[in-house]
Amino acid sequence: MNLAPRNSNGVSVDVRGLWKHFNGQPVLHGIDLHVNPGEIFVIMGPSGSGKTVLLKHVIGLEKPDEGEVLIESEPVSPETAGKHRLAMVFQTGGLLNSLTVGENVGLYMSEHRLKPANEISRIVAEKLELVGLKGIEARFPSELSGGMKKRVAIARALVIEPQLLLYDEPTSELDPLMAVTIAEEILNLNRRIGATSIVVTHDRDLAFAVADRIAIIDEGQIVAVGTPEEVRANPHAVVRRFLSADLKQERKIE
Amino acid sequence: MFQNIGELVVLFWLTLQAFPATWRQRRKIFDQLFDIGNASLLMACILSLFIGGVLALQTGPVLAQRGLSNSIGGIVGLSMCKELGPVMMAVLIAGRIGSAIAAEIGSMRVYQEVDALQTMNINPIQYLVLPRVLAISVALPTLVVFAIMVGWFGGAIVCTYNRDIGISLEGYFNNLRQVVGFKDVLNGLIKSFVFAVSIGVVSCHQGLKTIGGPRGIGRSVTKAVVNSIVFILILDYFLTRILLHFD
Repeated sequence: MNLAPRNSNGVSVDVRGLWKHFNGQPVLHGIDLHVNPGEIFVIMGPSGSGKTVLLKHVIGLEKPDEGEVLIESEPVSPETAGKHRLAMVFQTGGLLNSLTVGENVGLYMSEHRLKPANEISRIVAEKLELVGLKGIEARFPSELSGGMKKRVAIARALVIEPQLLLYDEPTSELDPLMAVTIAEEILNLNRRIGATSIVVTHDRDLAFAVADRIAIIDEGQIVAVGTPEEVRANPHAVVRRFLSADLKQERKIE
Repeated sequence: MFQNIGELVVLFWLTLQAFPATWRQRRKIFDQLFDIGNASLLMACILSLFIGGVLALQTGPVLAQRGLSNSIGGIVGLSMCKELGPVMMAVLIAGRIGSAIAAEIGSMRVYQEVDALQTMNINPIQYLVLPRVLAISVALPTLVVFAIMVGWFGGAIVCTYNRDIGISLEGYFNNLRQVVGFKDVLNGLIKSFVFAVSIGVVSCHQGLKTIGGPRGIGRSVTKAVVNSIVFILILDYFLTRILLHFD
């Protein structure tokens, strides 16, 4: 495995003319994006707009039908896998249910034999403490709440000391308090480790709280990109509809 | 169908390529071996006891009527070694272990655990497929050895206690010893090894290509069992043809 040096910070990401079809139906329509090193870039859009598929292309879990994804100007491919340290926090957490929390967090190091067992235990404890989950190494994922699973997933991603950290719907299925904790965690980690972060979400509060820049995606196309202020002021109909969507009906109280 | 077969061949090839990682995966292999043995040994023994018994019950009286009751031991012995032991145990393992493999890997696929492995540069073939295929390839031939012996014993019980057959335990085993050789047992073990590899690869393949939610997992489990059994029966014919040349 080719591991990049441990002390480098974020990497740049370029998506060029990315097309993807599933069962003949286009899911991504020629996406073009640039993410700067070290920034928090939020991809926001309604459910089914192609956000997660785009994220999977960035980490190499999907192959483009057309176009390419470049990390530090190098195309993402099986040959370049491992050249940069990438990590992803999945919507469901993606924790291995047959392993304990400690084994999950230390999996990357133990499988690649990067450290001895006692050193792995120390690092696992340190990363869990970083996400506020000290002393839960022996528990199984099935014993954790949704928010705890996501934080364990973040701890597992941190073990890789990533240069690019991808979050897929990090606040979905969480109560507002836990969503705030996760948002703070994303900001803190970005400041602490300096990794580029790409966050996919349909949570407007999260997006505007953490983003350096935001892209709005709709039906597989990017309709707006800019700073949170620029996106707020964007006149595009889809952006206006997405940002102003609110529950207007009030219940009549007798 | 041809796409499926192509994918199976590719997965088999990738599993062979992952073989040097066997020592690193030894803990998972032993865990799988323990699970398979624990889940199947008792059932395998009960099944083969009755298979041996039924075989003796079906053939015994007919042979006895023709004065050939002395050859029952050889018939039961050979049938258990060469055909019924390997095939019935393979069908049992396809149902009991193949389904469990497809369900486990299928749910790992659906709940993004396999994706998580890939993002950590952990090869799912080395981590998930290799330990299961190797464990099943060791476990099934071992179970077949048990099944053959228990099957012989089942046949012996029926021959001894059934009045229509009327052959002594000693007579039964004497004939079995005369007819059945080590080569016949080896024949069954070779078959069971090939069946085991096919069950492992087919079940892992179905698990890895699972899509959708719980319904997708259910579909994969069904396909894993059905495809494994179809493969076992087709392979059985061709293996029998090949092994007959060495008799």
